[in-house]
Amino acid sequence: MTIKPSFSLLAAIVIISASALAYEILLMRLFSIIQWHHFATMIISLALLGYGISGVFLALNRDRLVDHFPLAIMTNLLLFSFSAPACFLLAQQIPFSPAEILWAPVQLLYLCGIYLILTLPFFFAANVVGLSFYRYQEQVSSIYAADLCGAGIGSVGIILLLFILFPQKILTVLTLAGVLATLIVSSYAFREQRDNMKPWIILSLILGLAITFAPADFIRLAISPYKSLNQLLQIPGTKIIDSTSSPLGLLSVVKSTMTPLRHAPGLSLNATTEPPEQLAVFTDADNMTAITRYNGNPETISYLDQTTSALPYHLKQPSNTLILGAGTGSDILQANYHAIKHIDAVELNPQVIDLVKEKYADFAGHLYDRANIDLHVGEARGFVATADKSYDLINISLLDAFGVSAAGLYSMAENYLYTEQAIQDYLQHVSPGGYLSITRWIKIPPRDEPKLLATVVDALKQANAQPPGLQIIMIRSWQTSTLLVKNGVISTEEISRLKQFCNDRSFDLVYYPGISDQEVNRFNIQRQPYLHQAATALLSTQGKAFIEDYKFNIEPATDGRPYFFHFFKWRTLPEIASLLDSGGVFLLESGYLLLIAALLQAILASLLLIALPLWLGKSKLGITNLSGTDLHLPEGRQAGKSDVKPGSGSPLRILVYFFCLGLAFLFIEIAFIQKFILILHHPLYAITVVLSTFLLTAGAGSQVSKELSSSAAKSVIILPVAAISLLSISYIMSLEFITGFLLQTGNLSRYLFSILLIAPLGFCMGMPFPMGLAKISQTAPALIPWVWGINGCASVISAILATLIAMQFGFTVLVLLAIGLYCLAAWYFPESTPA
Amino acid sequence: MKKITRPVGWPILIGLALLLFSSQAIAEDVFQQQRHELVNLIKADVEMTRDFLGQGALDERVLDAMGKVPRHEFVPENQRSHAYENRPLPIGYGQTISQPYIVAIMTDLLKPKKTDRVLEIGTGSGYQAAILAELVENVHTIEIVEELSRQAAENLKRTGYANVHIRTGDGYYGWETEAPFDGIVVTAVASHIPPPLIKQLKPGGRMIIPVGAQFMTQYLVLVTKASDGKISTQQIIPVRFVPLTGTH
Repeated sequence: MTIKPSFSLLAAIVIISASALAYEILLMRLFSIIQWHHFATMIISLALLGYGISGVFLALNRDRLVDHFPLAIMTNLLLFSFSAPACFLLAQQIPFSPAEILWAPVQLLYLCGIYLILTLPFFFAANVVGLSFYRYQEQVSSIYAADLCGAGIGSVGIILLLFILFPQKILTVLTLAGVLATLIVSSYAFREQRDNMKPWIILSLILGLAITFAPADFIRLAISPYKSLNQLLQIPGTKIIDSTSSPLGLLSVVKSTMTPLRHAPGLSLNATTEPPEQLAVFTDADNMTAITRYNGNPETISYLDQTTSALPYHLKQPSNTLILGAGTGSDILQANYHAIKHIDAVELNPQVIDLVKEKYADFAGHLYDRANIDLHVGEARGFVATADKSYDLINISLLDAFGVSAAGLYSMAENYLYTEQAIQDYLQHVSPGGYLSITRWIKIPPRDEPKLLATVVDALKQANAQPPGLQIIMIRSWQTSTLLVKNGVISTEEISRLKQFCNDRSFDLVYYPGISDQEVNRFNIQRQPYLHQAATALLSTQGKAFIEDYKFNIEPATDGRPYFFHFFKWRTLPEIASLLDSGGVFLLESGYLLLIAALLQAILASLLLIALPLWLGKSKLGITNLSGTDLHLPEGRQAGKSDVKPGSGSPLRILVYFFCLGLAFLFIEIAFIQKFILILHHPLYAITVVLSTFLLTAGAGSQVSKELSSSAAKSVIILPVAAISLLSISYIMSLEFITGFLLQTGNLSRYLFSILLIAPLGFCMGMPFPMGLAKISQTAPALIPWVWGINGCASVISAILATLIAMQFGFTVLVLLAIGLYCLAAWYFPESTPA
Repeated sequence: MKKITRPVGWPILIGLALLLFSSQAIAEDVFQQQRHELVNLIKADVEMTRDFLGQGALDERVLDAMGKVPRHEFVPENQRSHAYENRPLPIGYGQTISQPYIVAIMTDLLKPKKTDRVLEIGTGSGYQAAILAELVENVHTIEIVEELSRQAAENLKRTGYANVHIRTGDGYYGWETEAPFDGIVVTAVASHIPPPLIKQLKPGGRMIIPVGAQFMTQYLVLVTKASDGKISTQQIIPVRFVPLTGTH
């Protein structure tokens, strides 16, 4: 007789899976605020190993726990509910300071402490699902379906919650969700056992409600004192006057009453004016920008004419301009200063716009409501792709703050703004004789700028209109550089204006057609004229060799490998490592190395977690021969009640099968998320839509896989694997076409088409896991919790590995690898019991 | 009872006091030794970086100053044991004091002469000001965080640097009444070089600015004002590293 999980238990699994996934995304947000984004990735990836630990724990204690199944489930649900906020609050009390990690070894201990604490909630959540798998061995597909659907719902739910509530508040929502799940199972599934848990459940409910409705500052974020928000708040007379939060970030507006802010990055040394009153705006307690007081008198903002980004306005008066990344409006002010007739401006974060347009509109002089300005909420690249206008000037300035850019923290984030294809897109929208202008922070030794140059030169070569060397101008101050690409050949008139502009402001010429070596490196002297050398080399036939020889990765970014900020080269590591003690830390591209560190720690921890139960609990699991084909009965067990039947395949086969699945699922998921960011424009919506579609359809696939599982033949696994391979390959081959086609269509159809494309793939990807589990449940149910742990470990490794592979080899390779892994898994599909 | 405890108690108390005293003296010795080793380390590092600094060695006077100023007096109690390691240290309020190697280079780049007037923006714990006070007659320093300013004043008083004049407030406009200066050190982060500071620099004067986040100096900007008033900057990385080797 098969025991079926009750509907209420499935509902509880949906809720706990949704909460666990929401918690994961929430922790990423919270740690991005209190620490830095890259450490958030590292911390979460390891905390997720709670799934692995749960596997070990359940494998060793499964029967004891199953005997008290209702109690175990309810206890774990409640423990998750309260550990979710409690563990975060505890973790943020640890004085971990990432910036000190290279100097003070004790920081590593702190980091480990954070890992251990944050592992707990995931451990409890995983216990609920893993134990249910073991309890209802013949219904694994239903439980897996509930788990996946829950995760799908969680991924959408958390984004919605992040729009409504401050992230710290959402912690209490998770508590309530967990308590709700407990209530549901105690009222229906486990009605008989309710009595011993009753006082606890009532207490939890009261406690849950109490913290949910507690005053807002009941949970305070302990933001690192080294983040720029906290640094500014040290100055007397400063205070946060406004905070808003969305999935795109926590915005804090700071007013300084005693000391003016004077935010004017890249200001010329010859400048005599200073900015008017400003309000500072921080994103995630960092990345400071400013809202500048504007009374309509251009003279008050004349300082904006003293930066390198003002150059294009001095070469020719543009009649219209497109500003990508409008932010708090300084580029728009600059355009206004130069009396541009029409300005289109694009900004991703609607809350930033809201600050300038609504809340501080008076302060900002109703800048965004001016008749000559059209403001668009959206992603820059997507806006350009669908724009049907051309512009005299397209301007992209300093989209990332200096600190973030300098520390190499963006290295693992894909960025479609600075790829070859993006540059081509922009240039197609520049009117003849107009310019594309890109301003970036100066880094020494240079990284961004040579990479940008290499990308632009490649894009121009492919467009094949003019020799690239005739279309480019580049200048720099000590702080910023501006690169101009003209749609046409640069004239002598423009060159003489350029020289005048630079002379007046003590900016250095980096490149213009016909520049001589004597003209460079005059005002802001670098040891060598690095950028000039880079420009001339990249424009010559030596470009490839220059890129090859350069000690940082400056190979052009493409849509296939959109990692503009990935500058790391292994070859340079030993040299930099030898300089770390004597002030060479700034040379280290730490983002990439942290990713590697995260991968290594995940692999080590996984090895331990997967191997541990094999070592410790061989007899308990009924394994006597690791590599052999047979599993043996545990001693003292009766044949009829045995957990492991002979002929069920070696645990190594099972291990390979589930490990491959864990890796492959996320490889494909991550590859498609990256690709769809380009199609859906908006990184946040892209991730949400792709992730939830994958998870929900995979849940449906799991539910349907029951039919396939009933067949005894090993070959049934070939069906979903073949479908996954076919679909993925056809998507890879046609993606360029699909992208091109979808970018032309409207918003709704882009999203609909994307969902339609992903759904069948997700559906098939939901099948192999429950099919394998169903097989094991017939032959070696003792291994079910262990397998659940393996899947968890593989997922963690996969998430990091996928990013590294995509950076190194591109998405196509990533997807092909995933297909290979699925095929390998099919080969190792657990065998059936001979009848 | 009292009569008995006194003769027993006093010697113990005196013994303890002596022990404390001698341990203090021993600690000072240890610090002295560590400071000496640190200076040697800096010398070796500078030797390696000579091409970048345009010189093979630092001014002996700067090294002497580094060897004299007790860095442990300028860091919080719990950081004292690290005071003579070549690394930046937290001093509270989200601030740090730079790696001694960077401090030495920055000070050297100012080319301080005994008669110079030097201005520092961002006193922090007062360590850089103390180094400067060893080298020039007049040091003026401004710190915006009140608590830090108070601590720095205490530290400087305790260590006997009476030629440092400290003020709490905004450094953007420099110290008008004491201007012009031969050298200016700007350790506080700024989005740009404040024009008033450039104005308060004497012709022939030098200004030094470390750029980067706390715990990580990216590069140093040396601003020089020529005798004709012309301003130029140099960007100096403190290590021997070229982005390209070979034929280029």
